[in-house]
Amino acid sequence: MQRAYQGRNRSTVIFLVLLAVFTLTVTVLSEGVGNGMISTSFVKTLGKTLCLALVAISMDLVWGYAGILSLGHFAFFGLGGYMVGMWLMYERTREIVATSLADAPIPPTAQEVSDAVANQIFGVVGSAEFPLIWAFADSLAAQLLLVVLVPGVLAGVFGWLAFRSRVAGVYLSILTQAMTLALSLYLFQNDNGLRGNNGLSGLQNIPGLADVPQALVSVWFFWGAAFALGAGYLLAVWVVSGKFGSVLRGIRDDEARVRFLGYPVETYKLVLFTGTACLAGIAGALYYPQAGIINPAELAPIASIYLAVWVAIGGRGRLYGAVIGAGLVSLVSSWFTGGQAPDVPLGFYTIKWVDWWLVVLGLSFVMVTLFAPKGIGGLFDLLERRIAPDRHGADLGPDQGALREKEASE
Amino acid sequence: MTSLLEVSGVSVSFDGFRAINNLSFHIGSAEMRAIIGPNGAGKTTFMDIVTGKTKPDEGRVIWGERSLSLLGLSEARIAREGVGRKFQKPTVFEDQSVQENLLMALRNRRGPFSVLFYKTRPDHLARVVELAEEIGLSDQLQRTSGELSHGQKQWLEIGMLLAQEPRLLLVDEPAAGMTPAEREHTTNILVEAAKTRAVVVVEHDMEFVRRLGCKVTVLHEGAVLAEGSLDHVTANKEVIDVYLGR
Ligand SMILES: Nc1ncnc2c1ncn2[C@@H]1O[C@H](COP(=O)(O)OP(=O)(O)OP(=O)(O)O)[C@@H](O)[C@H]1O
Ligand SMILES: [Mg+2]
Repeated sequence: MQRAYQGRNRSTVIFLVLLAVFTLTVTVLSEGVGNGMISTSFVKTLGKTLCLALVAISMDLVWGYAGILSLGHFAFFGLGGYMVGMWLMYERTREIVATSLADAPIPPTAQEVSDAVANQIFGVVGSAEFPLIWAFADSLAAQLLLVVLVPGVLAGVFGWLAFRSRVAGVYLSILTQAMTLALSLYLFQNDNGLRGNNGLSGLQNIPGLADVPQALVSVWFFWGAAFALGAGYLLAVWVVSGKFGSVLRGIRDDEARVRFLGYPVETYKLVLFTGTACLAGIAGALYYPQAGIINPAELAPIASIYLAVWVAIGGRGRLYGAVIGAGLVSLVSSWFTGGQAPDVPLGFYTIKWVDWWLVVLGLSFVMVTLFAPKGIGGLFDLLERRIAPDRHGADLGPDQGALREKEASE
Repeated sequence: MTSLLEVSGVSVSFDGFRAINNLSFHIGSAEMRAIIGPNGAGKTTFMDIVTGKTKPDEGRVIWGERSLSLLGLSEARIAREGVGRKFQKPTVFEDQSVQENLLMALRNRRGPFSVLFYKTRPDHLARVVELAEEIGLSDQLQRTSGELSHGQKQWLEIGMLLAQEPRLLLVDEPAAGMTPAEREHTTNILVEAAKTRAVVVVEHDMEFVRRLGCKVTVLHEGAVLAEGSLDHVTANKEVIDVYLGR
């Protein structure tokens, strides 16, 4: 354990140093604070990428370490975004309404302000009243609490039901996907109180900071995301490096055996599933103010599948692998799908990346799964010459007289 | 002697096939018992029932002074009550070091939060070192257990079993794949353990069973065929027919 522990410590230090250098570089080159070599919109893209790396860490904890292939963690991410988005949208609209009503001859009553705000926000879905779920939207503290509570409670209830009946493996994945689908279908409805498929918008305008240019706000959020990623990484390292991590990896490799050691496996899964859902919620709450808009499509099952693909390509079961996977794949994805990638004319057919990128991504996923199950992170093992030894066909006992593996299994 | 484990009238069927048929068995709190029987006799299934992995169709499994029924308890709960198990094919956590395997097994609080805030204590490490010595893996503590030989994995699993400090050890074919010297060492560990706790050993190797020098239960078609000293049961005609004479 000592050796592995030192290895883990070293990778943590390297990661944090790289993150700090990256943050500093982006800051120095940003429009808001530095020389402007990096546009504000790209600062936002990078800040968003850091949030995706954070949710990938939570996915890696639950899948890479404990073997629970959740197809719901991006939904928890989206819920976090919705929760913070409600406050952003409410407060920002209230500011605008208050300013415009301030010029009126008679000072408006609180009710009038509230009605006007509701009209502004819900006009698009043909309503002018605040639904019950917006009860706390006027309080930043309450909505921030909900950023962790809503994903946490949903994951807790869902996990309790699923793990208690020992749903595992593929069945659990399907169940989490069903949950995600149900949630996104619900959010698509216009009368659910969250503006249906319009989603929440204008989230980049931070209340009280109307005078601060986006160039600066984007850097602040970038810092926030970098800090959250660093802190989340440390938290995850702490969770997986001790005995708790041992138990998680034990559950992944042979959960029945862990039970016979006396560990309540279902409780561990529940705690981990819920905890990582909260972490995903926090990542989402930092992401969507940078994206500016959140709508139900963000929570669709495909998003959670992407998340699994990132982690698989980056290398599951190691935290920096998740970060690399999320960072690399999401940036490359947005390059290809954003229309920046040049088309490839083949004469008889022109490859348009906007259409073909998904195919490429899918193929890379299959290739990685088949030929490099350790993902990109596995390259670091090669660097360290820590190639896993071939375990089969070896003598079973230390002596010549020992039976061989084949005989013993008979 | 009062019994630690009392199994009575237990039956279990898999798709109509009766793997255990009205089985009764009991063992005292510091006793060694060997279970022998042909392949498919139900030896492993018996262990599955005691450890909560398989729910019997009928019968009772009573545990300890408080006469607790083990039926309906989860595997983890039964393990915490003091039933430890070694599997037929060695199952250790191959990805993790010998030390991590032993630390995980070490008797301690098992809840997620106590484990999350657990700090490796010097006395726990000392105990791990002591166990490693006992199972001959002292200089392998930092090795990934997947790299160990088959025999060493068997021992690591025995070490994990001892680390749990169970009151009852269920040991399924511990000597498979071991050299004669290793077998002898395993016998010594088990005999030593049986001084303070109950040990049930399933084994095909008669020499091994003889060296354990304990009462023997012969299982056949899911029921007890004979019980007594090794000489007594090996002289039994039915036993010779179904098992020894093959
Ligand atoms: N989960 C199961 N489903 C169906 N049949 C089972 C199951 N478990 C055991 N059996 C059957 O029950 C019978 C008893 O099996 P068990 O593994 O207990 O035998 P055993 O005495 O341990 O044999 P061996 O000496 O080969 O280890 C076998 O015929 C086996 O095929
Ligand atoms: Mg068996």
